[in-house]
Amino acid sequence: MTSTRVRRGAHSEGKRSERRLAWMLCAPAALVMVAVTGWPIVYSVYLSLHRYDLRFPGQQEFIGLENYAVVLTNSYWWTAFGVTLFITVVSVAIELVLGMALAITMHRTLLARGLVRTVTLIPYGIVTVVAAFSWFYAWTPNTGYLAEAVTPGSAPLTERAASLAIIILAEVWKTTPFMALLLLAGLALVPDDLLRAAAMDGAGVWQRFVKVTLPVMKPAILVALLFRTLDAFRVFDNIFILTSGANDTSSVSMITYSNLIQGLNLGIGSTMSVLIFIAVAIIAFVFVKLFGTAAPGSSAQGGGR
Amino acid sequence: MAEIVLDKVSKRYPDGALAVSDIDLTVGDGEFVILVGPSGCGKSTTLNMVAGLEDITTGELRIDGERMNERAPKDRDIAMVFQSYALYPHMSVRENMAFPLRLAKAPHEEVRRRVEEAARVLDLTEHLDRRPANLSGGQRQRVAMGRAIVREPKAFLMDEPLSNLDAKLRGQMRTSLSRLQKQLGTTTVYVTHDQTEAMTLGDRIVVLQAGHVQQIGSPQHLYDRPSNLFVAGFIGSPSMNFLTAVVEDGHLRTPLGEVPLTDRVRRHLEAADAPRELIVGLRPEHFEDAALVEEHVREEGRTFTATVDVLESLGSEKYAHFALETEGVRARQLQDLADVTGSADLATGGTAQLVTRLSATSGARENAELTVWFDPDRLVLFDPDSGTNLTYEG
Repeated sequence: MTSTRVRRGAHSEGKRSERRLAWMLCAPAALVMVAVTGWPIVYSVYLSLHRYDLRFPGQQEFIGLENYAVVLTNSYWWTAFGVTLFITVVSVAIELVLGMALAITMHRTLLARGLVRTVTLIPYGIVTVVAAFSWFYAWTPNTGYLAEAVTPGSAPLTERAASLAIIILAEVWKTTPFMALLLLAGLALVPDDLLRAAAMDGAGVWQRFVKVTLPVMKPAILVALLFRTLDAFRVFDNIFILTSGANDTSSVSMITYSNLIQGLNLGIGSTMSVLIFIAVAIIAFVFVKLFGTAAPGSSAQGGGR
Repeated sequence: MAEIVLDKVSKRYPDGALAVSDIDLTVGDGEFVILVGPSGCGKSTTLNMVAGLEDITTGELRIDGERMNERAPKDRDIAMVFQSYALYPHMSVRENMAFPLRLAKAPHEEVRRRVEEAARVLDLTEHLDRRPANLSGGQRQRVAMGRAIVREPKAFLMDEPLSNLDAKLRGQMRTSLSRLQKQLGTTTVYVTHDQTEAMTLGDRIVVLQAGHVQQIGSPQHLYDRPSNLFVAGFIGSPSMNFLTAVVEDGHLRTPLGEVPLTDRVRRHLEAADAPRELIVGLRPEHFEDAALVEEHVREEGRTFTATVDVLESLGSEKYAHFALETEGVRARQLQDLADVTGSADLATGGTAQLVTRLSATSGARENAELTVWFDPDRLVLFDPDSGTNLTYEG
């Protein structure tokens, strides 16, 4: 008995020093994070509570939540918010379906697996701005090949609906490979025996997919959706290049940029960026708490916590 | 319930590897047939072809007289139990077992009745609402069985269903599996690499090696009359002893002394045009401590004296190991067997080893001389090149 107790003591002693070492190893990274992420966030919140327009630097003063009242009662903000939500929901939905199809193709590919995966990833490897420019030129009337082929005689990027469609197309083209890659990792989690068992139990291809594959890979799907939703909500590059926010196609990031950098209104711009931060936090909260998405890196069985 | 017929079924993979070669097998209605062999012998491939999970390259599979080659697994009406159990992790035990019935669009009430009936038979009633992750290995195994039996399929296919259980539980499950199969009377094809499981469970055993059927027969038949060296060495534990022997003037000269050839054996040898050098096989239980054999019985047998190398006492019996001062046997089939079972004691090429089973009352001691009696009638002779049994036909 005595020896057991001694050993247990030694064990927890070892655990404690291990924990101390862990903290020490984490500390530098944590400090850098606080410096480059924490401080800007705090400073944004600080700015958002002030009237601070660089064109009128003399009028700087603390005004509480007045900026928030201004932004939240402004129709431009809500239009941009609606556009952002629309782009997010539609593009993520399309990406999920296409990404799943791609992932299954990659999963089932027997020949030249590496080549197939590499080719699939090419769009994701291209810088967003570069890709956005290629879409922009492609849809420019008279010179663009897509504009000539699909909508001859009109300028799609000058119409709101067409512009949104093109923005979504550019987003989907660019990030579907990322989605596919995350889903591919999820597909690998479904044991072959499970699908064989389902086949023996009488399930057809579609039933196997819906009743076995999807539920088993649900954690991976939720992680992929979370990542993509957060990314899509902050859409900026494509809109900036394709329409510059013309015809009410601005996203929330886009009008934040307009106010903060172009309008030089630090107070209003910071307020908008804080609101985006809050929206993103809500999305993440909903995914993690309501859908039971496991944080990447935690145990594989994240569901139902 | 059904009769399963494999008619010259072969499986060749796209890379040209021949996994299964010309299997002819008829599994009778309600029969329990075991496919046994070392890993890589093609037994699981054969089972998967019956299931429809792998295509048949050539030959025909018939269930109840109907050709099945082109049917999808779900249209063959057979259930399968996997080694990994393959339980659906997102479903409760009840949903797992109900899954095949739900897919078959069985009425709700019937699904409930059949699942609860199966749960009762398998002693799972109190676990019906738990997830597989919260069950023990034995319980998961029973859920997998339950999922197979609720459907009342034509046949069960089982792919090493007990090999993930610990030894004691495996023994229990073996017994209950056997009882269950008898109760249901459902045709069953069962794959295992464990010869004990094969011997205890099967009505008939199919021994496979490198995609070829070595022998088909009842457990006792395979044990008593193995058709070749591979089967002889594979079936039985501890394994049969193999020694080199030479035929001389109607006698057989073995490391254990000269043994007269009976007329029956001599006729067989002549008919088979056997070589003079043979391999003789003797099972451990065909030996006995000479001191314990009655005088008149002793006369009929032969004895030899050697030093006991290792003595294992199991309480109910004793195993005496001898290292004989003669060379061990060399034969291709024994080499194959040693390769696949990983046992170096067969066909070592070194000195011959002999294992004998003695009564518990034997006074044998390690490193002491012991006179051992054996019955030469139980000798089995094999052709060293082909491995064929020369003592019995079939």
